[in-house]
Amino acid sequence: MKRVKTVNGSTLKQSLKRGGCGECQTSCQSACKTSCTVGNQTCESIKLTGGTVRK
Amino acid sequence: MIHQFKQNGVNVVLDVYSGAVHTVDDVVYDVVSEIDRVGWEVAKKDSFACLSSLDNTYSRQDIQEAMDDVTELVEEGMLFSSDPYVDMAPAIGNKETVVKALCLHVAHDCNLKCRYCFAEEGEYHGKRALMSAEVGRQALEFLVANSGKRRNLEVDFFGGEPLMNWDVVRELVAYGRELEQSHHKKFRFTLTTNGILLNDEIMDYLNANMDNVVLSIDGRQEVHDRMRPTPNGKGSYDLILDKFKRMAELRGQTRYYVRGTFTRENLDFAKDVLHLADEGFQQISIEPVVAGDKETYALREEDLPKLEEQYELLAREMLAREARGDGFTFFHFMMDLSQGPCIVKRLSGCGSGCEYLAVHPSGDLYPCHQFVGQEEFRMGSVLEGVTRRDLLDRFKGVNVYSKPGCQDCWAKFYCSGGCAANAWQFAHDLHGNYELSCHLERKRLECALMMQCYRA
Repeated sequence: MKRVKTVNGSTLKQSLKRGGCGECQTSCQSACKTSCTVGNQTCESIKLTGGTVRK
Repeated sequence: MIHQFKQNGVNVVLDVYSGAVHTVDDVVYDVVSEIDRVGWEVAKKDSFACLSSLDNTYSRQDIQEAMDDVTELVEEGMLFSSDPYVDMAPAIGNKETVVKALCLHVAHDCNLKCRYCFAEEGEYHGKRALMSAEVGRQALEFLVANSGKRRNLEVDFFGGEPLMNWDVVRELVAYGRELEQSHHKKFRFTLTTNGILLNDEIMDYLNANMDNVVLSIDGRQEVHDRMRPTPNGKGSYDLILDKFKRMAELRGQTRYYVRGTFTRENLDFAKDVLHLADEGFQQISIEPVVAGDKETYALREEDLPKLEEQYELLAREMLAREARGDGFTFFHFMMDLSQGPCIVKRLSGCGSGCEYLAVHPSGDLYPCHQFVGQEEFRMGSVLEGVTRRDLLDRFKGVNVYSKPGCQDCWAKFYCSGGCAANAWQFAHDLHGNYELSCHLERKRLECALMMQCYRA
Protein backbone atom coordinates (compact mmCIF):
# COMPACT_ATOMS: atom_id res chain seq x y z
CA MET A 1 0.00 0.00 0.00
CA LYS A 2 1.29 3.42 -0.93
CA ARG A 3 -0.40 5.61 1.59
CA VAL A 4 -0.97 3.41 4.62
CA LYS A 5 1.36 1.80 7.13
CA THR A 6 -0.30 -0.84 9.28
CA VAL A 7 1.21 -0.68 12.76
CA ASN A 8 -0.95 -3.46 14.14
CA GLY A 9 -3.13 -6.07 12.43
CA SER A 10 -6.43 -7.51 13.54
CA THR A 11 -5.10 -8.84 16.83
CA LEU A 12 -8.35 -8.42 18.73
CA LYS A 13 -10.16 -10.78 16.38
CA GLN A 14 -7.21 -13.16 16.49
CA SER A 15 -7.47 -13.26 20.28
CA LEU A 16 -10.95 -14.77 19.96
CA LYS A 17 -9.21 -18.04 19.12
CA ARG A 18 -7.01 -18.20 22.20
CA GLY A 19 -8.74 -16.01 24.75
CA GLY A 20 -10.15 -16.52 28.17
CA CYS A 21 -7.55 -18.60 30.04
CA GLY A 22 -7.86 -16.17 32.95
CA GLU A 23 -4.18 -16.25 33.94
CA CYS A 24 -3.73 -12.53 33.29
CA GLN A 25 -3.00 -9.99 35.96
CA THR A 26 -5.82 -8.18 37.71
CA SER A 27 -5.92 -4.62 36.46
CA CYS A 28 -5.71 -2.87 39.80
CA GLN A 29 -2.82 -4.91 41.15
CA SER A 30 -0.04 -3.07 39.38
CA ALA A 31 0.06 0.68 39.64
CA CYS A 32 -3.48 1.84 39.29
CA LYS A 33 -5.75 1.92 42.27
CA THR A 34 -8.35 4.43 41.20
CA SER A 35 -8.76 4.09 37.44
CA CYS A 36 -9.09 1.11 35.17
CA THR A 37 -6.93 0.42 32.16
CA VAL A 38 -6.94 -3.08 30.79
CA GLY A 39 -5.43 -2.49 27.35
CA ASN A 40 -1.97 -1.88 28.77
CA GLN A 41 -1.60 -5.36 30.19
CA THR A 42 0.22 -8.26 28.62
CA CYS A 43 -1.40 -11.60 27.81
CA GLU A 44 -0.06 -14.20 30.21
CA SER A 45 -0.47 -17.10 27.81
CA ILE A 46 1.48 -15.32 25.07
CA LYS A 47 4.19 -14.54 27.61
CA LEU A 48 4.41 -18.22 28.51
CA THR A 49 4.27 -19.60 24.98
CA GLY A 50 6.56 -17.00 23.49
CA GLY A 51 3.89 -15.56 21.25
CA THR A 52 1.26 -17.32 19.23
CA VAL A 53 -0.61 -14.38 17.81
CA ARG A 54 0.13 -13.28 14.31
CA LYS A 55 0.35 -9.58 13.61
CA MET B 1 -16.38 1.63 14.19
CA ILE B 2 -13.47 3.91 13.30
CA HIS B 3 -11.54 6.34 15.46
CA GLN B 4 -9.14 8.70 13.78
CA PHE B 5 -7.08 11.57 15.12
CA LYS B 6 -4.00 13.64 14.41
CA GLN B 7 -1.35 14.20 17.03
CA ASN B 8 2.32 15.15 16.95
CA GLY B 9 2.32 15.06 13.14
CA VAL B 10 0.97 11.49 13.00
CA ASN B 11 -2.37 10.58 11.37
CA VAL B 12 -3.77 7.60 13.26
CA VAL B 13 -6.68 5.38 12.20
CA LEU B 14 -7.96 2.74 14.64
CA ASP B 15 -10.37 0.06 13.48
CA VAL B 16 -12.07 -0.60 16.80
CA TYR B 17 -13.47 -4.11 16.34
CA SER B 18 -10.42 -5.69 14.70
CA GLY B 19 -7.91 -3.78 16.82
CA ALA B 20 -5.98 -2.79 13.68
CA VAL B 21 -4.00 0.45 13.87
CA HIS B 22 -2.77 2.33 10.81
CA THR B 23 -0.81 5.48 10.12
CA VAL B 24 -2.04 7.13 6.97
CA ASP B 25 -1.32 10.17 4.80
CA ASP B 26 -3.69 13.15 4.65
CA VAL B 27 -5.58 11.84 1.62
CA VAL B 28 -6.42 8.48 3.18
CA TYR B 29 -7.23 10.24 6.45
CA ASP B 30 -9.86 12.39 4.76
CA VAL B 31 -11.14 9.54 2.59
CA VAL B 32 -11.65 7.34 5.66
CA SER B 33 -13.46 10.19 7.38
CA GLU B 34 -15.84 10.66 4.45
CA ILE B 35 -16.52 6.92 4.13
CA ASP B 36 -17.17 6.69 7.86
CA ARG B 37 -19.79 9.41 7.46
CA VAL B 38 -21.74 7.66 4.69
CA GLY B 39 -20.92 4.03 5.49
CA TRP B 40 -18.68 1.58 3.63
CA GLU B 41 -21.51 -0.20 1.83
CA VAL B 42 -22.63 3.06 0.25
CA ALA B 43 -19.12 4.29 -0.47
CA LYS B 44 -17.91 1.18 -2.27
CA LYS B 45 -20.77 1.35 -4.81
CA ASP B 46 -19.91 4.84 -6.00
CA SER B 47 -16.81 6.08 -4.32
CA PHE B 48 -16.26 9.17 -6.48
CA ALA B 49 -19.76 10.45 -5.77
CA CYS B 50 -19.29 9.86 -2.05
CA LEU B 51 -15.89 11.49 -2.04
CA SER B 52 -16.78 14.43 -4.27
CA SER B 53 -16.33 16.85 -1.37
CA LEU B 54 -12.60 16.10 -1.56
CA ASP B 55 -12.31 17.04 -5.24
CA ASN B 56 -11.19 20.57 -4.46
CA THR B 57 -8.49 19.35 -2.12
CA TYR B 58 -6.96 16.34 -3.83
CA SER B 59 -6.51 15.06 -7.40
CA ARG B 60 -8.63 12.23 -8.76
CA GLN B 61 -5.51 10.05 -8.88
CA ASP B 62 -4.73 10.69 -5.20
CA ILE B 63 -8.30 9.84 -4.22
CA GLN B 64 -8.28 6.68 -6.33
CA GLU B 65 -4.99 5.52 -4.76
CA ALA B 66 -6.36 6.18 -1.30
CA MET B 67 -9.55 4.30 -2.14
CA ASP B 68 -7.49 1.34 -3.39
CA ASP B 69 -5.62 1.17 -0.07
CA VAL B 70 -8.84 1.48 1.92
CA THR B 71 -10.47 -1.29 -0.11
CA GLU B 72 -7.52 -3.59 0.51
CA LEU B 73 -7.72 -2.98 4.27
CA VAL B 74 -11.46 -3.61 4.33
CA GLU B 75 -11.02 -6.87 2.43
CA GLU B 76 -8.38 -7.95 4.96
CA GLY B 77 -10.72 -7.21 7.86
CA MET B 78 -8.67 -4.28 9.15
CA LEU B 79 -10.96 -1.35 8.41
CA PHE B 80 -14.69 -0.78 8.85
CA SER B 81 -14.95 -4.25 10.38
CA SER B 82 -18.17 -5.26 12.09
CA ASP B 83 -18.66 -6.24 15.73
CA PRO B 84 -18.06 -9.97 16.21
CA TYR B 85 -18.17 -9.88 20.03
CA VAL B 86 -21.61 -8.60 20.93
CA ASP B 87 -23.06 -12.09 21.33
CA MET B 88 -20.33 -13.08 23.77
CA ALA B 89 -21.35 -10.65 26.48
CA PRO B 90 -24.18 -12.66 28.09
CA ALA B 91 -21.92 -15.71 28.32
CA ILE B 92 -19.37 -13.70 30.31
CA GLY B 93 -22.01 -12.80 32.87
CA ASN B 94 -23.07 -16.44 33.21
CA LYS B 95 -19.59 -17.91 33.37
CA GLU B 96 -18.43 -19.35 36.70
CA THR B 97 -15.46 -17.31 37.89
CA VAL B 98 -12.62 -18.05 40.27
CA VAL B 99 -10.96 -15.68 42.71
CA LYS B 100 -7.49 -14.85 41.50
CA ALA B 101 -6.51 -11.74 43.38
CA LEU B 102 -6.94 -10.28 46.85
CA CYS B 103 -6.20 -6.83 48.14
CA LEU B 104 -5.31 -7.39 51.80
CA HIS B 105 -5.96 -4.37 53.98
CA VAL B 106 -3.38 -5.35 56.55
CA ALA B 107 -3.48 -1.93 58.22
CA HIS B 108 -6.40 0.43 58.49
CA ASP B 109 -4.08 2.96 59.97
CA CYS B 110 -1.63 5.40 58.46
CA ASN B 111 1.30 7.56 59.49
CA LEU B 112 0.48 10.26 56.95
CA LYS B 113 -2.62 12.43 56.61
CA CYS B 114 -2.96 12.72 52.83
CA ARG B 115 -5.73 15.17 51.97
CA TYR B 116 -7.16 13.18 49.04
CA CYS B 117 -7.05 9.70 50.59
CA PHE B 118 -10.13 7.64 49.66
CA ALA B 119 -9.29 5.52 52.68
CA GLU B 120 -9.93 8.53 54.94
CA GLU B 121 -6.40 8.47 56.34
CA GLY B 122 -6.51 4.71 56.54
CA GLU B 123 -9.76 4.27 58.45
CA TYR B 124 -12.13 3.44 55.55
CA HIS B 125 -15.34 4.73 57.11
CA GLY B 126 -14.55 2.72 60.27
CA LYS B 127 -12.06 2.46 63.10
CA ARG B 128 -8.32 2.04 63.04
CA ALA B 129 -7.47 -1.65 62.87
CA LEU B 130 -4.66 -4.01 62.00
CA MET B 131 -5.22 -7.38 60.37
CA SER B 132 -4.18 -10.29 62.56
CA ALA B 133 -1.92 -13.00 61.19
CA GLU B 134 -4.75 -15.47 61.69
CA VAL B 135 -7.16 -13.50 59.49
CA GLY B 136 -4.41 -13.04 56.92
CA ARG B 137 -3.74 -16.76 56.80
CA GLN B 138 -7.45 -17.46 56.41
CA ALA B 139 -7.50 -14.97 53.53
CA LEU B 140 -4.71 -16.80 51.71
CA GLU B 141 -6.47 -20.12 52.32
CA PHE B 142 -9.71 -18.62 50.99
CA LEU B 143 -7.87 -17.48 47.86
CA VAL B 144 -6.31 -20.88 47.22
CA ALA B 145 -9.59 -22.69 47.87
CA ASN B 146 -11.52 -20.45 45.46
CA SER B 147 -8.94 -20.17 42.69
CA GLY B 148 -9.85 -23.34 40.80
CA LYS B 149 -7.21 -24.34 38.28
CA ARG B 150 -5.67 -20.92 38.05
CA ARG B 151 -2.02 -21.10 38.97
CA ASN B 152 -0.96 -17.44 39.34
CA LEU B 153 -2.51 -15.75 42.36
CA GLU B 154 -2.04 -12.10 43.26
CA VAL B 155 -1.97 -10.60 46.71
CA ASP B 156 -1.52 -6.89 47.34
CA PHE B 157 -0.57 -5.73 50.82
CA PHE B 158 -2.46 -2.49 51.10
CA GLY B 159 -3.73 -0.07 53.68
CA GLY B 160 -3.62 2.54 55.14
CA GLU B 161 0.05 1.91 55.41
CA PRO B 162 0.90 -1.82 55.33
CA LEU B 163 4.35 -1.34 56.87
CA MET B 164 2.54 -0.46 60.12
CA ASN B 165 1.75 -4.18 60.28
CA TRP B 166 5.09 -5.43 59.03
CA ASP B 167 5.39 -8.61 61.11
CA VAL B 168 2.08 -9.85 59.71
CA VAL B 169 3.18 -9.07 56.14
CA ARG B 170 6.29 -11.19 56.61
CA GLU B 171 4.36 -14.01 58.21
CA LEU B 172 1.84 -14.05 55.36
CA VAL B 173 4.52 -14.11 52.69
CA ALA B 174 6.09 -17.12 54.42
CA TYR B 175 2.71 -18.81 54.69
CA GLY B 176 2.02 -18.10 51.03
CA ARG B 177 5.25 -19.86 50.07
CA GLU B 178 4.09 -22.92 52.04
CA LEU B 179 0.74 -22.90 50.25
CA GLU B 180 2.49 -22.61 46.89
CA GLN B 181 4.24 -25.89 47.51
CA SER B 182 1.26 -27.79 48.83
CA HIS B 183 -1.26 -26.53 46.25
CA HIS B 184 0.87 -26.00 43.14
CA LYS B 185 0.17 -22.27 43.04
CA LYS B 186 2.31 -19.21 42.49
CA PHE B 187 1.73 -16.14 44.66
CA ARG B 188 2.66 -12.78 43.22
CA PHE B 189 2.93 -10.35 46.10
CA THR B 190 2.73 -6.58 45.79
CA LEU B 191 3.13 -4.01 48.52
CA THR B 192 2.02 -0.39 48.31
CA THR B 193 3.78 1.97 50.72
CA ASN B 194 4.16 5.65 51.52
CA GLY B 195 7.77 4.95 52.42
CA ILE B 196 7.87 6.46 55.90
CA LEU B 197 8.85 3.20 57.62
CA LEU B 198 11.12 1.87 54.88
CA ASN B 199 14.62 0.98 56.07
CA ASP B 200 17.44 -1.08 54.61
CA GLU B 201 16.26 -4.32 56.16
CA ILE B 202 12.68 -3.91 54.90
CA MET B 203 13.86 -2.85 51.46
CA ASP B 204 16.06 -5.93 51.15
CA TYR B 205 13.13 -8.10 52.17
CA LEU B 206 10.74 -6.41 49.73
CA ASN B 207 13.26 -6.73 46.95
CA ALA B 208 13.58 -10.45 47.57
CA ASN B 209 9.90 -11.27 48.09
CA MET B 210 7.63 -8.83 46.28
CA ASP B 211 6.85 -9.15 42.58
CA ASN B 212 5.95 -5.50 42.51
CA VAL B 213 6.41 -2.58 44.88
CA VAL B 214 4.29 0.55 44.58
CA LEU B 215 5.90 3.65 46.09
CA SER B 216 3.59 6.59 46.71
CA ILE B 217 5.00 9.97 45.70
CA ASP B 218 3.20 12.79 43.88
CA GLY B 219 6.04 14.50 42.02
CA ARG B 220 7.54 17.92 42.79
CA GLN B 221 8.26 18.56 46.45
CA GLU B 222 5.77 21.41 46.85
CA VAL B 223 3.01 19.33 45.20
CA HIS B 224 3.77 16.23 47.26
CA ASP B 225 4.12 18.07 50.57
CA ARG B 226 0.87 19.98 50.09
CA MET B 227 -1.20 16.82 49.68
CA ARG B 228 0.80 14.29 51.68
CA PRO B 229 1.65 15.84 55.07
CA THR B 230 2.65 14.05 58.24
CA PRO B 231 0.22 14.17 61.20
CA ASN B 232 2.05 17.25 62.51
CA GLY B 233 1.47 19.07 59.23
CA LYS B 234 4.96 18.90 57.79
CA GLY B 235 5.74 17.62 54.33
CA SER B 236 6.82 14.01 53.83
CA TYR B 237 8.85 14.38 50.62
CA ASP B 238 12.24 14.64 52.31
CA LEU B 239 11.44 11.60 54.46
CA ILE B 240 10.94 9.28 51.51
CA LEU B 241 12.70 10.43 48.33
CA ASP B 242 16.13 8.94 48.97
CA LYS B 243 14.60 5.68 50.22
CA PHE B 244 12.48 5.37 47.07
CA LYS B 245 15.53 6.04 44.90
CA ARG B 246 17.42 3.31 46.71
CA MET B 247 14.47 0.91 46.37
CA ALA B 248 14.30 1.56 42.62
CA GLU B 249 18.00 0.93 42.20
CA LEU B 250 17.86 -2.22 44.36
CA ARG B 251 15.26 -3.58 41.95
CA GLY B 252 17.31 -2.72 38.90
CA GLN B 253 14.73 -0.10 37.84
CA THR B 254 12.11 -2.80 37.14
CA ARG B 255 9.17 -4.40 38.96
CA TYR B 256 8.21 -1.25 40.85
CA TYR B 257 6.25 1.93 40.27
CA VAL B 258 6.47 5.32 41.82
CA ARG B 259 2.79 6.19 41.91
CA GLY B 260 1.21 9.54 42.56
CA THR B 261 -2.02 11.44 42.28
CA PHE B 262 -2.60 14.77 40.59
CA THR B 263 -5.38 17.14 41.60
CA ARG B 264 -6.81 20.51 40.63
CA GLU B 265 -3.92 22.02 42.58
CA ASN B 266 -1.37 20.74 40.06
CA LEU B 267 -3.09 20.75 36.70
CA ASP B 268 0.40 21.02 35.18
CA PHE B 269 1.02 17.45 36.33
CA ALA B 270 3.31 16.61 33.38
CA LYS B 271 5.95 18.53 35.33
CA ASP B 272 5.48 16.11 38.21
CA VAL B 273 5.93 13.08 35.97
CA LEU B 274 9.05 14.62 34.43
CA HIS B 275 10.34 15.60 37.86
CA LEU B 276 10.17 11.96 38.94
CA ALA B 277 11.96 10.95 35.73
CA ASP B 278 14.62 13.61 36.40
CA GLU B 279 15.12 12.11 39.85
CA GLY B 280 16.02 8.84 38.13
CA PHE B 281 12.79 6.85 38.36
CA GLN B 282 12.02 4.82 35.25
CA GLN B 283 8.62 3.29 36.17
CA ILE B 284 6.12 6.06 36.80
CA SER B 285 2.36 6.21 37.32
CA ILE B 286 0.56 9.47 38.08
CA GLU B 287 -3.22 9.26 38.19
CA PRO B 288 -6.06 11.79 38.35
CA VAL B 289 -7.58 12.22 41.79
CA VAL B 290 -11.02 10.70 42.37
CA ALA B 291 -12.89 13.13 44.59
CA GLY B 292 -16.39 14.46 45.12
CA ASP B 293 -17.39 17.84 43.68
CA LYS B 294 -17.24 19.52 47.08
CA GLU B 295 -13.51 19.05 47.44
CA THR B 296 -11.53 22.10 46.32
CA TYR B 297 -8.87 19.85 44.80
CA ALA B 298 -11.37 17.77 42.76
CA LEU B 299 -10.93 17.89 38.99
CA ARG B 300 -13.68 19.66 37.04
CA GLU B 301 -14.92 19.45 33.49
CA GLU B 302 -13.51 22.90 32.77
CA ASP B 303 -10.02 21.52 33.54
CA LEU B 304 -10.16 18.98 30.72
CA PRO B 305 -8.51 21.07 27.96
CA LYS B 306 -5.55 21.82 30.21
CA LEU B 307 -5.24 18.20 31.34
CA GLU B 308 -5.45 16.88 27.77
CA GLU B 309 -2.74 19.33 26.74
CA GLN B 310 -0.57 18.01 29.58
CA TYR B 311 -0.91 14.41 28.39
CA GLU B 312 0.08 15.42 24.85
CA LEU B 313 3.01 17.42 26.13
CA LEU B 314 4.13 14.46 28.22
CA ALA B 315 3.89 12.06 25.27
CA ARG B 316 6.01 14.32 23.08
CA GLU B 317 8.62 14.79 25.80
CA MET B 318 8.77 11.04 26.44
CA LEU B 319 9.48 10.40 22.75
CA ALA B 320 12.17 13.08 22.77
CA ARG B 321 13.80 11.52 25.82
CA GLU B 322 13.59 8.06 24.28
CA ALA B 323 15.42 9.37 21.23
CA ARG B 324 18.16 10.62 23.56
CA GLY B 325 18.41 7.23 25.25
CA ASP B 326 16.83 8.64 28.39
CA GLY B 327 13.38 7.08 28.22
CA PHE B 328 11.06 5.99 30.99
CA THR B 329 7.73 4.18 31.33
CA PHE B 330 4.49 5.99 32.11
CA PHE B 331 1.93 3.43 33.26
CA HIS B 332 -1.05 4.93 31.46
CA PHE B 333 0.75 5.23 28.14
CA MET B 334 1.76 1.57 28.18
CA MET B 335 0.19 -0.41 25.37
CA ASP B 336 1.17 -3.74 23.93
CA LEU B 337 -0.77 -3.74 20.67
CA SER B 338 0.10 -7.20 19.41
CA GLN B 339 0.39 -9.11 22.69
CA GLY B 340 -2.10 -7.33 24.89
CA PRO B 341 -5.04 -8.88 26.70
CA CYS B 342 -7.45 -11.11 24.80
CA ILE B 343 -10.92 -9.91 23.91
CA VAL B 344 -12.51 -11.89 26.76
CA LYS B 345 -10.44 -9.93 29.26
CA ARG B 346 -11.18 -6.68 27.47
CA LEU B 347 -14.91 -7.31 27.61
CA SER B 348 -15.04 -8.26 31.26
CA GLY B 349 -12.82 -5.57 32.75
CA CYS B 350 -10.98 -5.42 36.04
CA GLY B 351 -12.74 -8.37 37.69
CA SER B 352 -13.73 -6.51 40.85
CA GLY B 353 -16.39 -8.25 42.89
CA CYS B 354 -15.73 -11.65 41.33
CA GLU B 355 -12.11 -12.36 40.39
CA TYR B 356 -10.69 -9.63 42.57
CA LEU B 357 -11.80 -8.98 46.16
CA ALA B 358 -10.58 -6.81 49.00
CA VAL B 359 -10.22 -8.05 52.57
CA HIS B 360 -10.97 -5.77 55.54
CA PRO B 361 -8.69 -6.23 58.61
CA SER B 362 -11.58 -8.14 60.21
CA GLY B 363 -11.66 -10.62 57.31
CA ASP B 364 -14.79 -9.18 55.68
CA LEU B 365 -14.83 -9.31 51.88
CA TYR B 366 -15.65 -6.38 49.58
CA PRO B 367 -15.71 -6.06 45.76
CA CYS B 368 -12.49 -4.01 45.72
CA HIS B 369 -10.39 -1.74 47.90
CA GLN B 370 -12.54 1.30 47.03
CA PHE B 371 -15.71 -0.36 48.36
CA VAL B 372 -14.19 -1.42 51.68
CA GLY B 373 -16.22 -0.19 54.63
CA GLN B 374 -19.45 0.34 52.64
CA GLU B 375 -21.77 -2.05 54.44
CA GLU B 376 -24.12 -2.60 51.50
CA PHE B 377 -21.17 -4.03 49.57
CA ARG B 378 -19.96 -6.46 52.25
CA MET B 379 -19.89 -9.77 50.35
CA GLY B 380 -19.02 -12.22 53.12
CA SER B 381 -15.79 -13.05 54.92
CA VAL B 382 -12.67 -15.11 54.43
CA LEU B 383 -14.03 -17.66 56.92
CA GLU B 384 -17.56 -18.06 55.55
CA GLY B 385 -16.73 -17.24 51.91
CA VAL B 386 -18.88 -15.15 49.58
CA THR B 387 -22.36 -15.14 51.08
CA ARG B 388 -23.83 -12.37 48.92
CA ARG B 389 -24.15 -14.28 45.66
CA ASP B 390 -26.39 -11.48 44.42
CA LEU B 391 -23.54 -8.99 44.70
CA LEU B 392 -21.15 -11.34 42.93
CA ASP B 393 -23.64 -11.74 40.09
CA ARG B 394 -24.12 -7.99 39.88
CA PHE B 395 -20.41 -7.39 39.46
CA LYS B 396 -19.99 -10.31 37.08
CA GLY B 397 -22.73 -8.87 34.92
CA VAL B 398 -20.79 -5.65 34.36
CA ASN B 399 -19.03 -5.64 31.02
CA VAL B 400 -18.47 -3.39 28.04
CA TYR B 401 -21.82 -4.33 26.50
CA SER B 402 -23.81 -3.89 29.71
CA LYS B 403 -22.91 -0.19 29.97
CA PRO B 404 -25.07 2.04 27.74
CA GLY B 405 -22.54 4.85 27.92
CA CYS B 406 -19.82 2.66 26.39
CA GLN B 407 -21.63 1.48 23.27
CA ASP B 408 -20.54 4.28 20.96
CA CYS B 409 -17.13 4.81 22.55
CA TRP B 410 -14.07 3.83 20.50
CA ALA B 411 -11.99 3.22 23.65
CA LYS B 412 -14.19 0.50 25.15
CA PHE B 413 -11.81 -2.38 24.47
CA TYR B 414 -8.91 -0.53 26.16
CA CYS B 415 -10.56 0.66 29.38
CA SER B 416 -13.03 -2.27 29.43
CA GLY B 417 -15.81 -0.10 30.72
CA GLY B 418 -13.76 1.66 33.36
CA CYS B 419 -13.68 1.44 37.14
CA ALA B 420 -16.75 -0.01 38.88
CA ALA B 421 -16.07 1.98 42.05
CA ASN B 422 -15.92 5.21 40.07
CA ALA B 423 -19.17 4.32 38.30
CA TRP B 424 -20.84 3.73 41.64
CA GLN B 425 -19.48 6.89 43.23
CA PHE B 426 -20.40 9.23 40.38
CA ALA B 427 -23.38 7.59 38.66
CA HIS B 428 -24.64 5.44 41.56
CA ASP B 429 -24.90 2.66 39.01
CA LEU B 430 -22.35 -0.08 38.32
CA HIS B 431 -23.38 0.16 34.67
CA GLY B 432 -22.87 3.92 34.63
CA ASN B 433 -19.85 6.02 33.70
CA TYR B 434 -17.65 8.60 35.37
CA GLU B 435 -17.52 10.93 32.38
CA LEU B 436 -14.56 13.02 33.46
CA SER B 437 -12.48 9.89 33.86
CA CYS B 438 -13.67 8.65 30.44
CA HIS B 439 -12.44 11.87 28.80
CA LEU B 440 -9.01 11.51 30.35
CA GLU B 441 -8.80 7.81 29.53
CA ARG B 442 -9.53 8.52 25.86
CA LYS B 443 -6.82 11.17 25.74
CA ARG B 444 -4.28 8.85 27.40
CA LEU B 445 -5.11 6.13 24.88
CA GLU B 446 -4.73 8.52 21.96
CA CYS B 447 -1.31 9.49 23.29
CA ALA B 448 -0.36 5.83 23.72
CA LEU B 449 -1.50 5.02 20.17
CA MET B 450 0.33 8.03 18.75
CA MET B 451 3.54 6.94 20.51
CA GLN B 452 3.23 3.43 19.07
CA CYS B 453 2.68 4.81 15.57
CA TYR B 454 5.49 7.33 15.92
CA ARG B 455 7.93 4.59 16.89
CA ALA B 456 6.83 2.23 14.08
